Amino acid sequence: MQQIARMGRMGIAFTQSLGQSALLLWMALTAPPDRMSREFRRLVTQLYFIGVNSVLIVMLSGLFIGMVLALQGHTVLSRFGAVEALGQLVSLTLLRELGPVVAGLLYAGRAGSAITAELGFMKATEQLSALEMMGVDPLAHVLRPRFLAGLISMPILAQIFNAIAIISAWVVSTELLGIDSGSFWANMQQVVDFREDVVNGMIKALVFGIVITWVALYQGYTAAPNTEGINRSTTRSVVISSLSVLALDFILTALMFGD
Amino acid sequence: MQQKLIEISVGLLMLAGIAAVTFLALQVSARGFSQNQAGYNVAAFFTNAAGLTDKAKVSLAGVTIGRVESIEIIPATMKAKVAMKINSDVNYLSNDSTAVIQTSGVLGEKYVAIYPGSADESLEPGAEIHDTQSSMIFEDMIGKLVTNLAAQD
Repeated sequence: MQQIARMGRMGIAFTQSLGQSALLLWMALTAPPDRMSREFRRLVTQLYFIGVNSVLIVMLSGLFIGMVLALQGHTVLSRFGAVEALGQLVSLTLLRELGPVVAGLLYAGRAGSAITAELGFMKATEQLSALEMMGVDPLAHVLRPRFLAGLISMPILAQIFNAIAIISAWVVSTELLGIDSGSFWANMQQVVDFREDVVNGMIKALVFGIVITWVALYQGYTAAPNTEGINRSTTRSVVISSLSVLALDFILTALMFGD
Repeated sequence: MQQKLIEISVGLLMLAGIAAVTFLALQVSARGFSQNQAGYNVAAFFTNAAGLTDKAKVSLAGVTIGRVESIEIIPATMKAKVAMKINSDVNYLSNDSTAVIQTSGVLGEKYVAIYPGSADESLEPGAEIHDTQSSMIFEDMIGKLVTNLAAQD
């Protein structure tokens, strides 16, 4: 009986926080807009903190993942005498799955945690209440630009990741593994479709960007206003958003490439 | 100054994003664009189109001149109708051309090869090719080989 009650409590708490976070996001997005130039300036600032600051880690990861994919793919394909297919293996893996997912996980760790910690700290030091006292809506001024910046940054980061990874895979294939450069690209171009693979990958990245930023904002906004609370919220933000990315990836793949 | 720096780096991020997508569009997925080329439709009827897929190549003398648009079954004749889009600059195919489903390499993908005939009139848009040769089925081939070898003994 105790156990069933506990499960019920968890279910209610989960539904409650889902509803609360949806309401929070809705209110942040529909809050009356400021002057266009100010909204834009705030967005650009957040794009810098969220997007630009994540570029380096995304590029470095792309570099290494592309090289590893080429090496690993070569080991398997050479067993079947099909090393020429390395280009298509690498590009499809990256564009459809690895690009959006790994960029999403990196983004959750790099930017999502930062958003939560920042908001939690703003709450703990009562900056959010101070804004409210001054008649400034913290939802519109603090949450909205961060959400929009996250939503814009993710597809860009994912495609930068893909481009770097494919180029690094090409370098490893031609320089290290001795695959002909022409057949590497030609094989790739034969199977990759812009609408089917590149655009679908971008849609995935966009969805991940929305979910990660949403989780990060909600966790930060509802953090307990003390050191431990911020700590716990930041951890939870990364864990929840990473798991959501992986689970959503399965659903999106089934919808996009399922049949 | 601080704001300026932020704006510049955000601009660079946007540019990098655009460059990445352009690279992916042009270098990685050249196929998405060649499809939009102007062309005319030709249909070919095969008794067996096994292994042929949408967007497969249509080639003339080894050069790609179009793509397969769709494959469907014609209930009346129980043949596969393969609708192809041929690039509009290839307007010199004679109307008694034959279409053959071939495989690139041993295990490669299937494509439609067009063999030109000798008639003076050329294929019109919407023309139909009935003189065709179907997919080679690997199992059938092995089967024939085995019976031939057995017959020789």
